[in-house]
Amino acid sequence: MSNAAFVIIAIFTLAAALAAATLRKLMHAALSFAVALVGLAALFFLLGAEFVGLALVFIYIGAVAVLIVFTILLTRRDVGKDRGFNWAGVLIALAVFCGLTWSILKTQSLSIVAPHIRALTVKRIGEALMTGYVWPLQCVGLLLTAALIGALILVMEEKR
Amino acid sequence: MTPTLQAFVLVSGALFSIGLLAALSRRHAIFILIGIELMLAAANLNFIAFWHFAPQPHQPTGVMFAIFSIAISAAEAAIGLAMVIAVYRHYHTTNVDQLDQLKG
Amino acid sequence: MSAWILDRLWLIPAVPFAASLIVLSLPNAWRRRAAALAATGQVAALALSVVAFLPTVQTHGFRAAQNFTWFTFGDNALQLGFVLDPLAAAMLLMISLVGLCIFVFSIGYMADDKNFVRFFAYLSFFSGAMLGVVIANSLLLLFIFWELVGLASYLLIGFWIERPSASAAAKKAFITTRIGDMGFFLGMLWLYNRSGTLLFYDGGKGCLESAGLAMLGASATFIALLIFFGAVGKSGQFPLHVWLPDAMEGPTPVSALIHAATMVAAGVFLVARVYPLFSLGAINGVTSSLTVVVWIGVTTALMAALIAIAQADIKRILAYSTVSQLGLMMVSLGVGGVAAGIMHLIAHGFFKALLFLGSGSVIHGCHGEQDIRKMGGLRRFMPVTFVTYAIGMMALSGVPLFFSGGWTKEEILHAVGHWPPSHAPYYLMFAGVVLTALYMTRQIIYVFFGDPRASVDHSHESPRVMTRPLIALALGAILLSVVLTPAWPWLHEYLTGEPVHFEIGRLIQPALFVSLVLVSAGIGVGLWMYRKAGVQAGDRPAQIDPLEYAQPALFRFLANKMWIDELYYRTVIAFSWMAARLSDWLDRYFWDGLVRGFGAIGQVFAMFTTGVDERGINAGVDETTVGARGLGRLMSAAHSGQIQIYLGVVAIGMLALLLLYAWLV
Repeated sequence: MSNAAFVIIAIFTLAAALAAATLRKLMHAALSFAVALVGLAALFFLLGAEFVGLALVFIYIGAVAVLIVFTILLTRRDVGKDRGFNWAGVLIALAVFCGLTWSILKTQSLSIVAPHIRALTVKRIGEALMTGYVWPLQCVGLLLTAALIGALILVMEEKR
Repeated sequence: MTPTLQAFVLVSGALFSIGLLAALSRRHAIFILIGIELMLAAANLNFIAFWHFAPQPHQPTGVMFAIFSIAISAAEAAIGLAMVIAVYRHYHTTNVDQLDQLKG
Repeated sequence: MSAWILDRLWLIPAVPFAASLIVLSLPNAWRRRAAALAATGQVAALALSVVAFLPTVQTHGFRAAQNFTWFTFGDNALQLGFVLDPLAAAMLLMISLVGLCIFVFSIGYMADDKNFVRFFAYLSFFSGAMLGVVIANSLLLLFIFWELVGLASYLLIGFWIERPSASAAAKKAFITTRIGDMGFFLGMLWLYNRSGTLLFYDGGKGCLESAGLAMLGASATFIALLIFFGAVGKSGQFPLHVWLPDAMEGPTPVSALIHAATMVAAGVFLVARVYPLFSLGAINGVTSSLTVVVWIGVTTALMAALIAIAQADIKRILAYSTVSQLGLMMVSLGVGGVAAGIMHLIAHGFFKALLFLGSGSVIHGCHGEQDIRKMGGLRRFMPVTFVTYAIGMMALSGVPLFFSGGWTKEEILHAVGHWPPSHAPYYLMFAGVVLTALYMTRQIIYVFFGDPRASVDHSHESPRVMTRPLIALALGAILLSVVLTPAWPWLHEYLTGEPVHFEIGRLIQPALFVSLVLVSAGIGVGLWMYRKAGVQAGDRPAQIDPLEYAQPALFRFLANKMWIDELYYRTVIAFSWMAARLSDWLDRYFWDGLVRGFGAIGQVFAMFTTGVDERGINAGVDETTVGARGLGRLMSAAHSGQIQIYLGVVAIGMLALLLLYAWLV
């Protein structure tokens, strides 16, 4: 893990995220969001969590970003109008950023270097999911099912 | 020279702030969703980073947390977008400024 | 052929049941099809009965039981079953044959009724249930069919529901028989408790076989009496006979089928079926339960015969006659003459059905009139009815030699005469025979002789569909005597399993002369007393009965059914009424008072708390509320309804926490 790679990826990710948050056109913002997630996935790879990175790509770019695009298309008539910024929100976000950065820089214990880690294979993740984490896994499955059914019911055409 | 944990947490903090910016300042409901997703992604980055820098040997707890967090945020995105569509159908707008039915 | 039917005994009741269900589903307009279907079901039941009859003839003492498990609870299994023995087979044949005649008669009698289809559905239903009673091999199954029979009886007595008297009679019949059935049910439970089985015959393990009986011991007497109480209700025996005359509110074919020939005989059949329970531990053929049966039977027979003399309704006379004859059968069973009792039951089924159908024909001819004092001279208008009715009358009276009733009565008298404890029933039965002949003579004189009176205008003979069954039953009443005579008592042999031989010499017995004398006396007295019935004689008006004229007090006593109904009204019903009133009073004043008292306490307490509430707490709360309202107004101003502001506030709060934390660390 080299410093240069980290800096490039971090700048790329943050830039894409900033674009996603600030671009005027919603469609562009959604695409920038996807790009920012690609950067985030690269950071995960850098941290040795390849599985989570891949999952992020599949789930976010494959599903969530596409969903967002679909939603934009479905609510198209409302998209074109420029609504501008809520500047109070910008100020609050800036304040939070400053506070976070100050407290992170102030915390000395974070300045540690990574130990040499054993690769986290998919096999290990699978074993962990099926043994120690089997109940949370089931609950998440139930939650996803419920969420999908709920989403379907929410968007169903109202009977007249 | 390799990056320290502090660098990752800084990136995570910046990403969170950008997400908050999107959620607080944009008026379109979908931007709010994007912002929330960005904040969740920042949290996931923190999980992975802290897992990576934890003393050896360690359990894959951080990775597990990230996986479940991703799954839950996917569910959240599905529900949120469905609500956007439902709200749009009902009020013919996705502008959160105009959605103030709960005004006290 | 015989093996085939033994495995399929259930078909015999099932066929009429199925016919009933199909008929019930037919539209009201399909009269012919409904009648044809019901009659077809009855013919099929008759054919099956004949098939079932054959093996019992071939073997002496034949008995075949076919049992199955109804359900299992714990280690016990409740078994039901069907049985075929001479008793069942003879009853099957009688019921299906008489039933068929009555079905055919009903086609004519009910032709104008708007609920024709329903009537046939009920009749078929009854027929199936009755056939089931006969072949049941389990007291429980018998009880189930017994109750179904009761239901059919209820439905058919109240068939003309628009008449209040009919529905009242139906209720009376249902409730009265239910009192008896309660005894039956208790007896059944007791029996199950002692013997662990309700099957009659189960390869030696049944409750009527030696092993089952051995477990009963002294309780057999009480069990038998409880079961007999059920029979008392169903067969209209003395304390519970009151429903049967009222049951004549039903259509006449119903009276013939249910309340004369078959259902009311079920009580007699039941006693015969569980006879081993009655005779358990008999000394010289006498047990205490059988003694009870005898005396109940004697009381019923005499009382009903006396009442019959003073009745004016043609069907009520026959109803009391039925009660009386059933009493006679009970006496016969009680003294040990089971075969004689059953023989009389079967013969009675034929001639009483004949008499009822004849009375139906008369009523039909007189446009619904049932009062015999308003008839008269009908023999000229209704010759077929007259001849067949006369045959039935002679069979019922017990005219010897040619009529079935004569032989069976003789046999009963013979059995009663040999009862060891007492000869009183014997002589009382003499009186019963005389009275029977007397009231039947009276009835026939009133209806068929003399000059036509009020209701006989335009009277005519009934259609063939009604007279043919009359002829068939009359032939049955005569021809049945072939198998009843002492010279060749085939039916006796068939029922008891004792082989007999043809011996013409036994035809003439002392009992023959006894009954000849008794019947002649009855008929003679009747002819003399009622020679001028219905016409003015001396200073007696035409509408006054000769007996009423001679003995008004006695006649009133009899005509009012010995005031037994009134007695019940004053005692049993009055008691129920009083109990209801008492419960009502208790409920209204005592319990209600208690409840009201508690309520009042609550009320006083409530008044107190109201005071505290209004003056103390409420005032304080009001003040607090005003404050809360102001605060709420203030807080609600913070609610813009805009999520971004909420989110922003959350972010500021989070930031503040973060800074606090960082500053502390």
